[in-house]
Amino acid sequence: MHTDTDVNTPAPAASEEKVMGKDGMAALVGALTGRGYTVVGPTVRDGAIVLAELESADQLPYGWGVELQAGQYRLRRRPDGAAFANAAGPQSWKTFLHPSRVRQWSADRVGEETVFTADPSPPPRYAFLGVRSCDLRAVAIQDRVLTGGPHRDPVYQGRRSGAFLVAVECTEPGGTCFCVSMGTGPAAGPGYDLVLTEVVDDDGHRFWIRSGSREGAEVLAELPAHPADSATREAARAGVTAAAERMGRTMPEADLRELMAGTLDAPRWDDVAGRCLTCGNCTMVCPTCFCTTTEDVTDLTGDHAERWRLWDSCFDLDFSHLHGGPVRASTRSRYRQWMTHKLGTWYDQFGSSGCVGCGRCIVWCPVAIDITEEAAALHDWTRSRPPEDAS
Amino acid sequence: MSTVTPPLPYRVAATEPETADTRSVELVPAGRELPPFSPGQFAMVYAFGVGEVPVSVSALRGRHGGLVHTVRAVGATSTALYRLREGDTVGLRGPYGTGWDLDAVAGHDVLVIAGGIGLAPLRPVVHTVLDRPAAYGRLGVLVGARTPDDLIHRKEIDDWRGPAAVGVTVDRPGPGWHGAVGVVTALLDRIDLRPDRTCALVCGPEVMIRHTARALTGRGVPAHRVQVSLERNMRCATGHCGHCQLGPLLLCRDGPVIGYDRAEPLLTVREL
Amino acid sequence: MTGLPTPLDLLSAAQSERLLAIGLDVSFPAGTRLFDEGGKADRFWLLRAGEVDLDIHVPGRHPAPVVETLGPGQMLGWSWIAPPYRWNLGARTTTAARATEFPAGPVLDLCAADPALGYALMRRFTEVVAERLQATRIRLLDLYAPYGSRPA
Repeated sequence: MHTDTDVNTPAPAASEEKVMGKDGMAALVGALTGRGYTVVGPTVRDGAIVLAELESADQLPYGWGVELQAGQYRLRRRPDGAAFANAAGPQSWKTFLHPSRVRQWSADRVGEETVFTADPSPPPRYAFLGVRSCDLRAVAIQDRVLTGGPHRDPVYQGRRSGAFLVAVECTEPGGTCFCVSMGTGPAAGPGYDLVLTEVVDDDGHRFWIRSGSREGAEVLAELPAHPADSATREAARAGVTAAAERMGRTMPEADLRELMAGTLDAPRWDDVAGRCLTCGNCTMVCPTCFCTTTEDVTDLTGDHAERWRLWDSCFDLDFSHLHGGPVRASTRSRYRQWMTHKLGTWYDQFGSSGCVGCGRCIVWCPVAIDITEEAAALHDWTRSRPPEDAS
Repeated sequence: MSTVTPPLPYRVAATEPETADTRSVELVPAGRELPPFSPGQFAMVYAFGVGEVPVSVSALRGRHGGLVHTVRAVGATSTALYRLREGDTVGLRGPYGTGWDLDAVAGHDVLVIAGGIGLAPLRPVVHTVLDRPAAYGRLGVLVGARTPDDLIHRKEIDDWRGPAAVGVTVDRPGPGWHGAVGVVTALLDRIDLRPDRTCALVCGPEVMIRHTARALTGRGVPAHRVQVSLERNMRCATGHCGHCQLGPLLLCRDGPVIGYDRAEPLLTVREL
Repeated sequence: MTGLPTPLDLLSAAQSERLLAIGLDVSFPAGTRLFDEGGKADRFWLLRAGEVDLDIHVPGRHPAPVVETLGPGQMLGWSWIAPPYRWNLGARTTTAARATEFPAGPVLDLCAADPALGYALMRRFTEVVAERLQATRIRLLDLYAPYGSRPA
C-alpha cells in the first residue's frame, strides 16, 4: 500500500474488479515500471523460485510448480502454464523491506566536532508483484514490529511507505503450507493495492484482479482488461476454497499461545534439541523474523565511523550474550526461544502470532524439523500429563 | 511515536573516578539536546568507532547541568567510555525504557536496595525523594558491594545519612572498614521496615535481585510493590532488534524496570 | 528496646514471656570480645542495639578477617544448640551494644520441659541459620566481581 503516513492504517475499501490475460500481466509490469517503481517478483533462478527485480512479466515462473517437503524443495514443470501455482520460495519480502545489511548512520570527526549523519540514500520504491496471502500478513506483522511501537525504524518505514503491493491469492498450496491453521490464507487479507487470483481452465489463462487502494484502482484502469465475469470469479473463488482443503500441514487444535507458555519445561525441547543444528536457516527464511545486530566500523584515518545493521538469529550463541556468557547457551533453550516467540510471546510483544503458516522454516531446515510437528508433540504432552501436573 | 535517528553529539563536561574500574561521566549536549530522562531510564552511549552500550542515568543533572552516567569498564565499549576525558565527544540516544515508577511510590516508604554498580540507576531516585520529602514516606538506602573500594558514590552515600536510613555492607572488608559485612539482605533485619507501607526499588546482579525480592516478599512487602531493574543484551534500545527478550518482554521497551510480580515467574525459568 | 521485629516475635506471648524470664539485659562497650573461636558456647544473644562483627582468626592477618556483621534485631550465636558446643567464630562489638543474653542450660531445660516452646524456638533458629546459609551461598558467587574475571 502506498502511503506517506502510517503503514499500519488498513487499505481504503476502494475496489474495482477486472479480468485480464497474460497480456494484462505484461502491461501491469510496464505500468508499475512507468510509475517509477522497481518491480520485484518471483522468477526461476538457480533451481528455485526466487524474488528478483523483473524487467518484464515474461520472467514470471510461468509453467513452474514446486514440490515442498520437510527439508526439501524441488522445482517441477506444470503443464497448465500457471505463473503463481507455486508456494513460498526461499526468500520473502523482508529481503527488500528490512534488508539483511544496512548502514544506519555514519560519524565523522571534523576538527573538535563529531557529526552524526543518517544514511542519506533515498529508499528504493518497490512494487512487489505476487505477494502471497501468507506473506501479505507477514508484511503487516513486520509493520507492527518495526513501525508500530514507540519507535519507528526509518529504513523499514522508508521502504515500506513507498511500496506498491500486488497480492496473489493461493490456489496451489505446498506440502509444508499451513496458512489455514494460522488464519492467514489462502484468500488475501487487507493491505494490498491490487490482488490477483489466477485461473487456468478451458476458458483460458486469466487473472481476476481487484484493487484495494486508490492507486491500485488507477493502475488497474490502465491495464488491458475486461469487466469481471461471474464464471471467472466463481472459478477463482473455487480455486482458493479448494486450496484451503489441500494444506500440507496443520497446527494442533489448541491455543498456541497458551500451549507455548505452558510447556517451557516439556521434555520435547530436549528431543528437538537433539536434532536442531542451530544453523538459523529457519530465522533467515521466516518472513517475520526481524532480529538484527550491529557492527561498528572505522576507516583507516580513524575519523570516519559507520554503524551497520545486520540480520541476526536467536540461534546464534552470542545473541543473548551478557557479561560472562550467553543467557541461552543450550540448543534446547535457543530452539525454545525461537518457537515460543514465534507462536506465543509474539502476542505479548506485538499483538498477534508471529507465524503466518508459510512453511519456509520446515522446507529449509537441513534436518527437516517441522514446527507443526513440534507443536503437536507439545500439545500431546500436555494431554498425556497426569492431571496434577497439568496446571 | 518517534523515528529512530542517529545519536546526538554530547561533550564530556566532567569525569569523576568512582572505583578502580568505574567512573562517572557528565555529558552536555554539543548541539541539540535529547528529551529529558527519568530516573531508571537509560541512554545508548556511543564511543566513536568502537560501539554503543546501554547505560542508565546516574544523575539527571550534574554540576554542569548535564546527564551523568556511571560506567564500569567491562568490555571494549565500556572501557572506551571509562577512558573518556573532559572535552571528548560521545554519541547519545535516548531516553529509553520504563524507568522507576515513582508515581506508584509516592506516599509510600521508599526502600532503595542496590548491589554493586546497581546503585547508579537508583541514585536519581534518592535525589528525587530527597528533593521532595513531603511526597514520600521514610527513605531507606541499602547498599551492598564487593569490597569497600568497590563502593560507588561513596561520599554521597554518607551525605544521605540523616535524611535517609542508610546501610552499607560489603562481602570482603579491608583494613579500615568499620561498616557491616554480609549480603545486602541482612540489612533488612536492621531497619524499621513497614511492609504494608513500603515500595522497594532493587537493582544489582540478577541473583542479588532475586534473593532480595524474595527476602522482601518474605517480610510481607507485596511483590507488585517491589520494582526491579533487569538486564539483557541490548543492541537497538528501540524494540526492533530482538536481543533483550525475556519471555514476553522486550526489556528495552517493557523494562528495564518491571514489578517483581511480573518478573518472578520469568526469572525462575532457566535460559529463558 | 527498638521497634524492630525480633526473632522471638514468632513465639506466642506466653512462650516469649517464659523465655524472656530467663534472659538477662546486658550492654557492652564498643570493642568488647563476646566470645572466641573454640570457646564454650553456653549462651546466645538477641541484639537490641549496636553491631557485632563475626571474625575468624587467621595467622598473620590482623585484625582477624570479618566474615559477617550482625545488628539490631538479629540473633547472635547458635553453637550452643549442637555438640561440641564450641564457638565456630569469634564475636566482637564494633559499637556500644545492648542485648538480651540467654544462658544455654536453662533455655535447653525449658525446651525439654515445654516441647511446644522448644519446637517453636528451634524452628525459629532453623530459619535464622537457613537465611544465613543462603546469604553465604550468594556471597560464594562473588556477584559483584568484574564480569571479565568471571569464568564464562
